[in-house]
Amino acid sequence: MSNVPSLQITELAFAYPDGNQALYGVNLTIQKGERVALLGPNGAGKTTLVMHMNGIHPTMQGEVRISGELVDSKNKESLKAIRSKVGIVFQDPDDQLFMPTVGEDVAFGPYNMGLRADELDKVVKDALTQVGMLDYIDRPPHHLSFGQRRRVAVATVLAMKPEILVLDEPSSNLDPASRRELADILRSLDITIVMVTHDLPYAFELCERSVILSGGIIVADDKTGQILNDEKLLKSHRLELPVGFSFK
Amino acid sequence: MTHSLPAHVKILTVLAFISVSVATPITRWPAFIAFFSLLIFTAVMSKIPILLLFKRALIEVPFVFFAILMPFFGEGEKFSIFGLSVYRDGLLAGTSIVVKGTLGVLAAVILSTTTTAREILRGLEKLKLPMIMVQIASFMLRYINVISDEMERMKVARESRGFIATGIKHWKVLATAAAALFIRSYERGERVHLAMLSRGFDGALPSLDSHAVTAREWTTALSIPFFALIASLTALLIGW
Repeated sequence: MSNVPSLQITELAFAYPDGNQALYGVNLTIQKGERVALLGPNGAGKTTLVMHMNGIHPTMQGEVRISGELVDSKNKESLKAIRSKVGIVFQDPDDQLFMPTVGEDVAFGPYNMGLRADELDKVVKDALTQVGMLDYIDRPPHHLSFGQRRRVAVATVLAMKPEILVLDEPSSNLDPASRRELADILRSLDITIVMVTHDLPYAFELCERSVILSGGIIVADDKTGQILNDEKLLKSHRLELPVGFSFK
Repeated sequence: MTHSLPAHVKILTVLAFISVSVATPITRWPAFIAFFSLLIFTAVMSKIPILLLFKRALIEVPFVFFAILMPFFGEGEKFSIFGLSVYRDGLLAGTSIVVKGTLGVLAAVILSTTTTAREILRGLEKLKLPMIMVQIASFMLRYINVISDEMERMKVARESRGFIATGIKHWKVLATAAAALFIRSYERGERVHLAMLSRGFDGALPSLDSHAVTAREWTTALSIPFFALIASLTALLIGW
């Protein structure tokens, strides 16, 4: 199973019910253990693409496979398995953390997967340990700082032991220290990561490889350093490095 | 002692206590002295400051307001007290509402002071309240702060642009803001639902296992309504 890619998307196209087409045939393969940044301007279809990875959006054309298994939004049983394999960390931790306490929230995913009692307890504690938030297990989420909430949000999906971790703008709204702490955590995980972001230095710091999604297709797929050095490419897709930055 | 009892035991105890006190006619007044003593005793045993207890019980004031007016309206036998002329039936009915209401509120305050909102919800779940109601209440509990923070930020943003609500002519702005808040909360609801689906939600929120209730815990809790019942029956039998 070692050479089955974690994520394989072929010719994926999608239009919203109002006729607005978001994806025009996306091809993307991500190997096990890779960390890939998914870059692209606002409205490029990044979120739409992410929503296909665990079958929230039904596939209209093309296909998505998670470690070889087809994402089929009509097959409820396989969908359940897919959702435990693809852990999505949403942008606003308040959307992700809806249970009364941190511990219960982290338990939510594994509980739905059928874990109970001691096994559940262990998974929850392990996941919180991975993000350094074990001491906060009985706290209500609104008593935590934003950075802490984001880390707990990561733990909520880690607890499901996913094959791929998908992060939507993981560095947004974080202060520099929280940003670095989160980077340390992500680096420490032995897991395939897809990171949707505009934060190019963060992509460079964490991901070997980057792809640019623009206008509903993948327009670039290369080493992060290569992509970030190609000023013309970045410019033509509304991406820019912060002033004074260069990777030459 | 009260703090550690399981929430559903406490909820049943409060309900039983309230049922006994409501079922006792107000004319058997010695029973009510016993009821109040029981509550005060429980509060003391639970280490709740009595002043705090009564402060929290003030919440009932708007609700019993009309009961206070009852002695002055009505018909039938009249007599005068402190220079005021009042109706006997109205006075009894009003007193009954105020006294029983206060008992109920005090019991509920003891419950809510010794139990977190989360535990109360769990207790209600255990008592087989429909799942959907428990879920709605638990989401409210989780998001009330998020939404009130959002409301506060919107208020600051309004005021930063020179808006201060002073009178009726500003209601339109406030109404628009309320609508915006509603839409935002609604959209948040959608996003939360997506996040739940992504983690395999299929209609049931997890209920964490709690330990089995011991006979001793039941006895401790239910002794309160039990003594209330004894007091009520005694008052009835002796015929005070």
